[in-house]
Amino acid sequence: MFGYYLDLAWHSLKRSPVLTALMVLAIGLGIGASMTMITVLHVMSGDPLPERSSTIYAPHLNPLPLDFHQNPYAPDPAASFTWPDAMALLKAHRAEHQAVMAGGQLLVRPDQAGLHPFYANGRFTTNEFFSMFGVPMLRGGGWSAADDDTLVRSVVLAETLSRRLFGTIDSVGRSVSLGNTTFRVIGVARDWQPRPLFYADTTAKVFSDSDLFFLPLSTSIDLKFGSNGNESSWGGSSIDMKSSTMSWLQVWVQLRNVSQASAYRQFLMDYSAQQKSLGHFQRSPEEATLTPLIVWLKQRNLVPSDVRMQLWLALGFLLVCMINIAALLLAKFLRRSGEVSVRRALGAKRRDIFFQLGIESALIGVAGGVLGLLITQLGLLSVRHRSDDYAKLAQMDTPMLLATLLLAIVASVLAGLIPAWHTCRVAPALQLTTQ
Amino acid sequence: MQIRLILATLRHHRLTAALLMLQVALTCAIVCNVVFMIIDRVGQISIATGVDESGLSMLDSEVIDASENTLARQQQDLAALRRLPGVTSAVAVDSLPLGRDESSYGACASLAQFERLASTRSLDQSGCLQPAVLGGTAGELNTLGLHLVEGRDFHQDEFVKGDAVAVAILSRALAEKFYPGKDALGQTIITGSRKPVRIIGIVDTLVRPKLNAFGSNQLAMLWPMPPDSRSTTFLLRSTPQDRHAVLQLAVSQLMRIEPNRIIAPELVRTYSDMRKAYFEHDTTMISLLASSGLGLLFVTALGITGLANFWVQQRTRTIGIRRAIGATRGDILRYFQTENFLIVSFGIVLGMLLAFALNLTLMKFYELPRLPLYYLPIGALLLWILGQLAVLGPALRAAAVPPVVATRSV
Repeated sequence: MFGYYLDLAWHSLKRSPVLTALMVLAIGLGIGASMTMITVLHVMSGDPLPERSSTIYAPHLNPLPLDFHQNPYAPDPAASFTWPDAMALLKAHRAEHQAVMAGGQLLVRPDQAGLHPFYANGRFTTNEFFSMFGVPMLRGGGWSAADDDTLVRSVVLAETLSRRLFGTIDSVGRSVSLGNTTFRVIGVARDWQPRPLFYADTTAKVFSDSDLFFLPLSTSIDLKFGSNGNESSWGGSSIDMKSSTMSWLQVWVQLRNVSQASAYRQFLMDYSAQQKSLGHFQRSPEEATLTPLIVWLKQRNLVPSDVRMQLWLALGFLLVCMINIAALLLAKFLRRSGEVSVRRALGAKRRDIFFQLGIESALIGVAGGVLGLLITQLGLLSVRHRSDDYAKLAQMDTPMLLATLLLAIVASVLAGLIPAWHTCRVAPALQLTTQ
Repeated sequence: MQIRLILATLRHHRLTAALLMLQVALTCAIVCNVVFMIIDRVGQISIATGVDESGLSMLDSEVIDASENTLARQQQDLAALRRLPGVTSAVAVDSLPLGRDESSYGACASLAQFERLASTRSLDQSGCLQPAVLGGTAGELNTLGLHLVEGRDFHQDEFVKGDAVAVAILSRALAEKFYPGKDALGQTIITGSRKPVRIIGIVDTLVRPKLNAFGSNQLAMLWPMPPDSRSTTFLLRSTPQDRHAVLQLAVSQLMRIEPNRIIAPELVRTYSDMRKAYFEHDTTMISLLASSGLGLLFVTALGITGLANFWVQQRTRTIGIRRAIGATRGDILRYFQTENFLIVSFGIVLGMLLAFALNLTLMKFYELPRLPLYYLPIGALLLWILGQLAVLGPALRAAAVPPVVATRSV
């Protein structure tokens, strides 16, 4: 029966090729626009650490005084940690793994002839960073907890930077000049670019920035490297990286299960209460929170409002296209009332007619989906030419490809629903007599 | 008479007609808002900076030897740049209008206000402002091509190292904010150093490096303060056609006199390039808005034409009969035109309500202003014209149906 209906639908569509083409074009345009934006949103809401994201948590403390006035144009200082708080959480070692970090930009001065000095972005952090996030190492490894205290001048390079400086030779054990200081390379990490780069501070371009080196945080403070992220100070104007009134550090922890998480949450509140009783904090300990990475990403709302508007625009366009197709299909189906009534008189049930017309709509959907796929590729190509940091990520993957076809078929079947329902109610006898 | 007939027919096809009306309504609502957003964005990207942009170009140079005397190096570099053929003036600056990197200072008209600002750390109700400060070497005013409306440029001896300046040149908007209704020239303002800074000049227009931060875009001032960091922006003025040649020469000359520096190639550019990059988001958004608006109108026109074609085919026999009993071609043509006018009109009425609802939603989420009322008649007119154009072909075909069709059996 399905084959027969398909045949009927094909013939019906062939009978009015222009109208069919219009409908396919409309659904193709609507699907193309929508899927371009849905794909952009899809790549922007990806999981940065697919295997371990459920165990990674963002702790949060609020050391700001009660009368602190938040400038609406400035980032929230409490989004980062002060040095004393970050170090207290690190040394307490209450989580499975914990690391403190800040972004930095350093001048790289290659020894090799023919290479000009250049700037590279990297991360100043503590030793558990690598094991907590599962940074894949090509050669060598990170540093020890003891190294964090002894201000060692060791660095882990990303593969890209190692290749740029040393070519294909093993760079472990060699030295490199970063920020006018000589560091010894102790490891080379595979180019590891979680998207979004969630652990960077709020000023980072989380969809395009990546770290080319990792070196101990204590060493970076000792050498006065300074961070390239946001540094917010609320007590006096002097800039002291170890001050308890300047926030600039990010802290992440890994917790194996729910009970560990609730214990850690309690620990954060206890710490805040203790700081409050010491007079360091002014706010309620309840303001200390612990947020799972995935929830935290949702709260940070990394999708720019323009992209959101583009999505709504595309979906509005699709809706108008669907209504357009519904009207055209209705006219087309009603015109075949005669044929329908004959089939009804010959014994076809309403649902047979409904099914037959539904297949005709679906066929338009399949054609529109294929066209929509092409238009989506064009749309994504234009997105990749934008200068936004997410631009390079706009690629279609298999789930999105299938979603495009599915959405096209669903949209056209939905659009065909009212016309098919309306048409299948044609009474058999009445139409036969008028003919 | 004709209208009653049309309404009766439409009642017969009420579902189809209703779908078409709904499509017209949604198109009307979306297109009104899209046009409004386009005009809003075009307004943003055509902002006047006050800078004479046509002959301006720039590059960033950073000396990487920490021991070097940056100000001496800057003077030497500037002298070399000024000698280049085609360069009419050259200065070193720390920031530029639309340059994105901005330093801003809390500033007040009186010391009392400033103390209040310092103690509350809140600009609200302090009477103080947070203007952007643009520092540069002597000649910045002329190299930028700013239009001085009152007062004078800085004197050579007014340039200081660090930010303890004694004089400043303000944008007119900033001067009026500090001294509303009074002549601000010669008055003073107080900033971080708590020493009075005298206003010695007022320029017509000057925008901040970063728009939409700290209130008005026009809150900016020039300070006689040469950039004292290892990274410096050199600003070059030449004729517009010389810009690229001058930039190339400048890079090779600077590298020749001191090879130990970094000149980022992507920051060697004309002012127009920088402006284009600054507004690239908005330009993308404008073209997307425009293409989706046009796409909607196109699809709606297709829908109207497709449906009208169908109805004409369906009613060929009826049209023949009407022709046979005396209706003229004009009657038939007008019939279809009026029918379309009615459907589109109903759609527009609903569309206006939807346009307002959509605008209210956008105002809530996107800080968009209220849709002005005059958009509605314009939107209505646009859709009426679109509807009439789309229906013209099928209506002409209907009018061409000969009366003899009535006598043929189906």
